[in-house]
Parts: sequence; structure tokens; C-alpha cells
Amino acid sequence: MDPIIRVKNLTYVYPDADRPALDGVDLDVMPGSFVAVLGSNGSGKSTLAKHLNAILLPREGKVLVDGMDTIDEGNLLPIRRKVGMVFQNPDNQIVANVVEDDVAFAPENLGVDPKEIRRRVDEALKQVDMYDFRLHAPHLLSGGQKQRVAIAGVLAMGPEVLVLDEPTAMLDPRGRREVVSAAERLCREKGITVLLITHHMDEAVRADRVLVMDRGRIVMDGAPAEIFARADELRALQLTVPDTTALIEKLNAAGMAVPAGALTPEACAAAIKEALG
Amino acid sequence: MLKDITLGQYFPGDTVVHRLDPRTKLILTVVYIAALFLVNTWGGYALVIAALAAVTAVAHIKPRAMLRGLKPLVFIIVFTGLLNLFFTRGDDVLFQWRFIHITYTGLNRAVSMVLRVMLLVSGTFLLTYTTSPLAITDGLERLLSPLNKLHVPVYELSLMMCIALRFIPTLIEETDRIMSAQKARGADLETGTLPERAKALLPLLIPLFISAFRRADELALAMECRCYNGGQGRTRMKELRMAGRDAVAFILGGLLVAGILVLRRLGI
Amino acid sequence: MSLIEIRGLTHVYSRGTPFEKTAIDNINLTIEAGGAVALIGHTGSGKSTLISHLNALLKPDSGTVLLDGEDIFASKAAMRAARFRVGVVFQYPEYQLFEETVAADIAYGPKNLKLPQEEIGRRVREAAAFVGFPEDRFDRSPLELSGGQKRRVAIAGVLAMEPELLVLDEPTAGLDPAGREDLLEKLFAWKNASGGTILLVTHDMSIANRCDRLIVMEEGRIALDGTPEAVFAHSDKLLSIGLDLPAAARIAGLLREQGVAVPQGVYAIEQLAAAILALRGKGGAPC
Repeated sequence: MDPIIRVKNLTYVYPDADRPALDGVDLDVMPGSFVAVLGSNGSGKSTLAKHLNAILLPREGKVLVDGMDTIDEGNLLPIRRKVGMVFQNPDNQIVANVVEDDVAFAPENLGVDPKEIRRRVDEALKQVDMYDFRLHAPHLLSGGQKQRVAIAGVLAMGPEVLVLDEPTAMLDPRGRREVVSAAERLCREKGITVLLITHHMDEAVRADRVLVMDRGRIVMDGAPAEIFARADELRALQLTVPDTTALIEKLNAAGMAVPAGALTPEACAAAIKEALG
Repeated sequence: MLKDITLGQYFPGDTVVHRLDPRTKLILTVVYIAALFLVNTWGGYALVIAALAAVTAVAHIKPRAMLRGLKPLVFIIVFTGLLNLFFTRGDDVLFQWRFIHITYTGLNRAVSMVLRVMLLVSGTFLLTYTTSPLAITDGLERLLSPLNKLHVPVYELSLMMCIALRFIPTLIEETDRIMSAQKARGADLETGTLPERAKALLPLLIPLFISAFRRADELALAMECRCYNGGQGRTRMKELRMAGRDAVAFILGGLLVAGILVLRRLGI
Repeated sequence: MSLIEIRGLTHVYSRGTPFEKTAIDNINLTIEAGGAVALIGHTGSGKSTLISHLNALLKPDSGTVLLDGEDIFASKAAMRAARFRVGVVFQYPEYQLFEETVAADIAYGPKNLKLPQEEIGRRVREAAAFVGFPEDRFDRSPLELSGGQKRRVAIAGVLAMEPELLVLDEPTAGLDPAGREDLLEKLFAWKNASGGTILLVTHDMSIANRCDRLIVMEEGRIALDGTPEAVFAHSDKLLSIGLDLPAAARIAGLLREQGVAVPQGVYAIEQLAAAILALRGKGGAPC
């Protein structure tokens, strides 16, 4: 299988910046995978995300989406359709004042036939569990609901990749759960590739693969269990570890032998019970 | 708080009036306004009032809501009335006391002016009460689409209007938030001389502007991500279609105008 | 005497319209001087409405707030005085910055207090020091700063008013883990140094953990109120409201379900680790 996203030696410097925001990034993302991207503010996560649908173009290196080079202007619309992007502030990505009209925005831009738009809008809203709200005014929805409308808005393009740039940063716990579960479901059930940029370790735990960025580079890359086992390295990068990892670390420091890979509270409790014998 | 203001005059509903094509309603509203200026008889006013009352009833709009809509205009209405009442010259003096003299012509004119303003406002309210802002924008866009040939960016203008409507509640909330934040730092927006108060608004206006620009920036990015590329080649999910009820509405509108003209001729 | 005493506080939005909503409903609460209190609840549970009464930004429909025993709504002067004694930092405070320089923005509150110039200068320097903003950058425009720096400046703007009660609504929202940690440390350092009282509004349980009292709100009322141990012991109630439990409390609950005798009321990782280590060798004796 070919990677759906291929980033080769990508370097990007913002105008007037004294150091590159991205510094020789190499990355392959396989279709259908759920990738979490971690890193402190300014580590280059958002800059990388914006390269994946040709909002930013590489200064050096290459970004290929399903084999299409983002630098080639003819590929612009096909790439944007393939890679849907959702940002942090849900208020600032909703265009229309009725939910379903907002979701229709992208297919309308693409000149899709009205009947087909209707079908896509209904389907997209159902996929994020917002169909019952299709006639509501967006400003009356909760943060989690707004963010799911924003996801539906890009789903209506029929994307293969969903890039979520800190979609939960402004949400309360319920909203965060709603959004992450929706993204996870789209990945597991619809086979959509998901790239989730987040500061919340408990969200990253649910991914297949975790990338850690620092100063424009990918410095760690692996399965969650593997990455979070390297707690000291993460702390050195100004990141925290999930509470489960912190607990197991403390227990093991006191001489217990709990396997470090237990990341969810359930797995952690089971592993501790096991270790207690 | 600003949030307390009930926003938007649209009363969602599913009556025939609500379901009319917005273009029909827009055109008929313009016709209605024009016709209003042709009315010069009491019979004509009675006919218009009857027609308006009928549409209001069919649209399930409460008369109280119509009156509430007139409330902010009470001053203008009263002022127009008084102006006509006191400053119309004529021989048919009804009442005179010192420098005040009221004529029959003046009374006549005052009442008809007040009626006209009220009917004009109520008529347009009927449009906004029964048509969502989005539908109005949509209707306008399509009515004005011939202007596209003259290189007027009709689609872009209507999109701008949509977005403005969409962001009104968001920005009101934001204003509320910033106002609270500055008041929490001891800002005093209520007392002082006029220049002082204008200056006291800066801590509110500057952050509001910055935030509006930031939002515009992010929205533009989000729109780009959703393949926005201008109006060309765009399709619409909801196509406007005229139906039988629209034809009926036009016929009724025509009858109203004809009625007004006949009454004008007859002088009733 | 309590620093703050809230009596029968009720606030209704849009009264008399179809949008009428009772945001807070007969709240009774006292806050003692010197404490760190977390106010937890869902969006729409009434937290924000409640805190807007503490500095008289909102007037109650019924009930009142006493500050040191004095009714803050008694007169216009009392309302204004409350505004300076109770500092409120709203969510995303960086969006309220407006002055040309950092120093001027921090000085806005003290200037509204009509303090002498030297006093304003002292307060600005102290407040900036509390949040860790370097003095050599006082002349910068606040708009040029990074998000985290902007937030610090905005918080310093409220600290410079030297409030007795500092209320912060989600002060760490949107910050990265290191920024979150650092800001919390600075806030607690301010509390200890100034002897002030802190009320943190949050739904982040790892922040709530650090306070000595938690108040949980649900639908405009107080659902739970007590020490973290006492509140986190009601895990079912918290979950039914839709709030998170701290990971330690969740793991403790799961362990208890599996028959490991972890005590109730454990909510911090350190506590849980100690409890588990104490059980070691006892073979996880059943409860």
C-alpha cells in the first residue's frame, strides 16, 4: 500500500522568522491510520498541517498527497478535496447561519449537483451525529456540536484525510469526548485517515501512532505505548505523559513490575491488579 | 446585557406566506410600497389595512408582534403626525388658540401620513418576519443576478451579507465579553463628559476590531480549505423554485394594486 | 467573617421572553479568605453567571453578595468598589489587550483606581514579576507577543489591581502542557505571596486537584461542595453530570471494582501510588 501522505525533507520559514518553522521533516502516513501529533506551542505542528492541503507550500522539499505534488497549482482543488482541515476555533469556520447550509458550502463550491449535495450533507451530518440539528443556528450550539458541524463541513467534500488542528483546545470535557470519538469513528468505520494535533495526552493515547514535534522536526515517532514509555524524553520536550504512565512509573520506581504499555485507565487498572497478584 | 436583546425579526413558521419564494415576497414588498404612495383615499387605506391584516393572519403573526415592531419608530411616527397637524395651512380651521391653529386639511394629512408610515413599516416587517435573512439574501442574489453581466459581483456581495448575518450574534457575544473584562478592570463606560466617554470606548473598540480581523482571517482560511473559489461554477443545494402559490400571490398583489387604483379614481 | 458570602443568589436571563433561562438558582455559598477554591461544572451550568456577580458586573434578580459583610449591590459606589477588590480574569483574557505597550495595558486597572503615578508603576512591575514577564519588554506592543505571553500580560493587568479575591475563568485553556503547569505555579505563588484568595473556574480536573475546596455546579445549583477527597468520592455523581474524573480517581474506581482495596477519595497520582504500594504483598485483599 502506498502512503496517502508523503512528506519529504520539508522545510519552511515564515517571512521575518529567524528560524525555520519546519526543518527537514520526513513523514509517510498510511491510509486509514489514526495519527496523533504532539509538541509544545511553536514546535511546527500547525505549519506541518497547513502543508498537507496546500495552504502553505514547501520552501524546500516536497509534499505529496496521494501522489499529487502540492506545489503543482493544477492539483490544488483535488488536494483540498482529499484533505479536509478543521481548526481550533469552531466559531471561525462556520460560514452560514443554518447548520445544513454550512455543511453544503464545500460541495457547492465544487459545483456538485444539488441532489448529490443534499445526499452528502445529510450523510455527513449523520456521521458526526448532528443530523437532528441540521436546521439549527450554529451560534446556539455547544462548542463540541459546532466543531462536529465543522467536521461535517469538510466530510461533505468526501475527503480521504482529516487533519484536525487542536480541535478540542477550546472545548469542555464533554465537547472533547464528542469530537475525538467522532474522529475516531470516522477512522475506524469509514477508513478515513485522521491526523489529530493535540495537547491532551489522553486523546493521543487512542491513536495508532504518535508523532512528537520539536523545533520544526519530528523527534519521536511510534506507537503510543512506545512513545509514552519514554517519559523522561517527553518531559524534556516540555510535554507531559498521560496520568496512567505517570502512575506506572511511580509504582515501578518503588519496585513493582507493571508493564508500561497500559495507557487507558482500564488497561492500567488491569495491569496493576495483575502485578499485585 | 446585550445578549438579552432578542435578535433577528424572523419568526420561523410553515405557513403559505413563509413558504413563498423569497423573490416573490421581495417583489411584492416593493410593489406594495409603491402602491402605498398611490393611496389617497380612506377607502384605499381601508383596503391596504385589510390586505395587510389578512396576510398577517395567514402567516400566523400575532398583531402584538406587529405593534412591537413599530415601537422603536413611535417617535418618528408621532413627529410626522404633529408636524403635519400643526404646520399645514388652510382655510378650514378646526381649532385655534394663540399661535396654534389646526386645520381640517392638516388633520387629514397628519392621519394619512401616520397611516402611511405605519403601513410601510408593517409591510416590510411582514417580509422579515416570514423570511429568514438567508432566504432574503438568496432571493436578492437571484433577482440581481442579471447584474453579473455588468461585472457586479452579486454572488460575492450576497456571501458577504450571509457571513455578516452569521457573525452578528458571535460579535455581540464578543462585545459583551470584552465589555465585562474591561469593566472588571474598572472601566467606566457610563459616566463622564461626551469626549471622556468616547475615549472610554477605546478599550472596547480596539480589542473588538482586532478580534474581528482575526476571525476574518481564520474564516478566510477555513473557506479556502473548503475549496472556496469565488462564485464561478458554484451550485446550490437549495434551488429556488416558483410554485403555484407564487402565481396566486402575484395575482392577489395585482388585485390589490388594481383596487387601490379604482378607489383612487372613484375618490372613495 | 467570611470574605465572600453569597445569599440566595438567583439570576434569570431574558426574563419574560421565550428564551427565559434561570442561569443560577438560589445559590448560598461562603468563601473564606486565603483559600484556593475550584468551581467546576459544565458549560451552561451557571459558573460564568455566578462569577459575574462577585464583582457586581451582573445584578442578581434576587439574593445578594456580601464582601466582608457589606452588600456589594447596596449602591453604585459599593458596586464599583467591589470591582477593584474582586479581580476577575475571564476566558481568553488576551483578547482584551488594547494599549500600545505592555506596561500601559497592565496599568489600565490601577489607572482606573486613580492611584498616584509611582504607585501605578510599582504595581505594574510587581504584577509583571508575578506572571514572569520580563521588565525589559515592557515597551513592546502586547499584540506582538506570543499567545502565552499575551495571556500573562492580561492576567498581570488584573493582578495589578491587587484584588483580595482573584477569580480566573479557565486560565489555562488552549495552553500547551508546559505553559499550563507554569501558569498555575505562578498563580499559586501569587496567592501565597499576597495572602489573596483564588477562585478557579475550570473543567480540568488536574487543576481542580490543587485546590483545597471544590464546588461543583449543575444547572444553576450547587451539586457538590467540599474537599477534593469528599467531592471525588462521589464519582458516580460527577460522571452523571458529564464531568471527568481525575485519572487517579478513575483508576482507583476500576481497581475497587476488580476487588483491589484502594480507599475512597483518592484523586491524585501520588496518593494512588502510595495506596497501591501499601497493598503490595497483601495480594490485593478484597474490600
